[in-house]
Amino acid sequence: MKRGPSAFNIASVVLGLAFLYAPIVILVLYSFNASRLVTVWAGFSTRWYAALFRDQQMLDAIWVTLRVGVISATIATVLGVLAAVALTRSRARSRVVLAGGVYATLVIPEVILGLSLLLLFVAAGLPRGFWTVTLSHATLTLAYATVVVQARLQSFDRSLEEAAQDLGCPPWKAFALVTLPGIAPAVAAAWMLAFTLSLDDLVIASFTSGPGATTLPMRLYSQVRLGVNPEINAVSTLLIGLVATGVIAAYLIQQRRRPSA
Amino acid sequence: MRRARSGLAAILPGLWLAIFFAFPFLLVAKLSASDSALAIPPYTPRIDWSQGLAGVRAFFAALDGETYVRLTRDSLYVDAWLSSLRIAAIAAGLLLLVGYPIAYGVARCPPRLRQALVMAVILPFWTSFLIRIYAWIAILKPAGVLNGLLAAVGLPPVDILNTEAAVLLGLVYAYLPFMVLPLYAVLERQDESLIEAAQDLGCTPLQAFWRVTFPLSLPGAAAGALLCFIPMAGEFVIPDLLGGSETLMLGRVIWTEFFANRDWPAASAVAIVLLATLVIPILLFERQQAKVTR
Repeated sequence: MKRGPSAFNIASVVLGLAFLYAPIVILVLYSFNASRLVTVWAGFSTRWYAALFRDQQMLDAIWVTLRVGVISATIATVLGVLAAVALTRSRARSRVVLAGGVYATLVIPEVILGLSLLLLFVAAGLPRGFWTVTLSHATLTLAYATVVVQARLQSFDRSLEEAAQDLGCPPWKAFALVTLPGIAPAVAAAWMLAFTLSLDDLVIASFTSGPGATTLPMRLYSQVRLGVNPEINAVSTLLIGLVATGVIAAYLIQQRRRPSA
Repeated sequence: MRRARSGLAAILPGLWLAIFFAFPFLLVAKLSASDSALAIPPYTPRIDWSQGLAGVRAFFAALDGETYVRLTRDSLYVDAWLSSLRIAAIAAGLLLLVGYPIAYGVARCPPRLRQALVMAVILPFWTSFLIRIYAWIAILKPAGVLNGLLAAVGLPPVDILNTEAAVLLGLVYAYLPFMVLPLYAVLERQDESLIEAAQDLGCTPLQAFWRVTFPLSLPGAAAGALLCFIPMAGEFVIPDLLGGSETLMLGRVIWTEFFANRDWPAASAVAIVLLATLVIPILLFERQQAKVTR
């Protein structure tokens, strides 16, 4: 006998989701508001989107952010897959140390990570800019990528890879040909997560960026401090749309592959 | 032999974390013992390599705990430390209260619906943190959406933007997925027959919940609370955008010392204090994670 959800269960889930989504819905709605005032609805308009596409500084910031995101997410995913393999399969002592580092990065306050990375770049004499932000973001998102891939690797049947090895395949090749395609959805999800986290980060970018490498969150933050501005709503709506489409598409692809799950 | 090879995979990410994560903490510790100076970068001493060993020795001789003494003398830092911990603890408590019913509700839904609901809980986390906090400014500001709604139903307006209440609301909002997911993971795995057994033995559904379901879900609650508490204690964006000038939190102090006052040693010393405070919660979190992933 399976017990279904009670009225209280349904109410908590509905209210919880309403709480999570209401601010986002309001934000999107007001990006189409003709009025500059948030509370006054003056009709549907796309003027803030038009204003956005004329704002060169904003466009530059978006371009920098996308480049940082793609490169840092790629580095983080490669390192994350390696770390996940070591964490799920190795029994060496180094495993504990690596796990410690990964989980600590996950929870460490961003201000501390940002400050420490900045001091590293100053000590190394690296000029702050595009590459320092990219390296920092790869460090931040590496842990998230690891956790996502690790979750999939744990439930992945290893005997297939072992069979390939028994048939004479070298271990790295067996991994690349058998396991990697099997965990591909998780690797893609890890990349997506790393990319969105990079897209989103204000604190670490502020510490480690330099002239000419202002990211979108840095730009948004300086505008948000000046108050609510419908152009920010327009950028935000575009970002939310982009990420939501990607995530939902990834989810649907995964669902289709495993209809039983 | 295969085991040894998979250990090799740890080398690259391990090195990366050593260089970009572990080693920089030594630099932060070093800088917290330095003095602020009008220079680029704005601190002294720096190692004078031209003097060889004497330069290195002079460098270490110039390090001291003066910055820390300064921190304890100024009530601003002590207050910020206390209120960071207080606000993060209250927010973690509120998150448990808000997150538990949601996680429990999702876990009780039919499996097909469950996956979609978990997805729905995670999705906001994928959209920009900064933007979601910004959305609350438009809702909470005096002429904002909330007061518009309140006026429409004839209630008096509330003015909570730039207060601690707004910070708590923002923290609960932003960290809710991190609380719901670990709780859901434990609740979903729970054996239904345990509840049935309790009910067969005469428990009411509510008693069965408190005596069986709830105690068994405590590891999830602990994981969620730690996962939220640690970053919340050093949070910068939320207190900065939703809190008033009187809402002091350490993340904000580090930011101000660094960007506004250009006092790198003070920022580093505050970071070390924050880190030292969080070491125990971080170690607890790691033990919890190690148990789950074994």
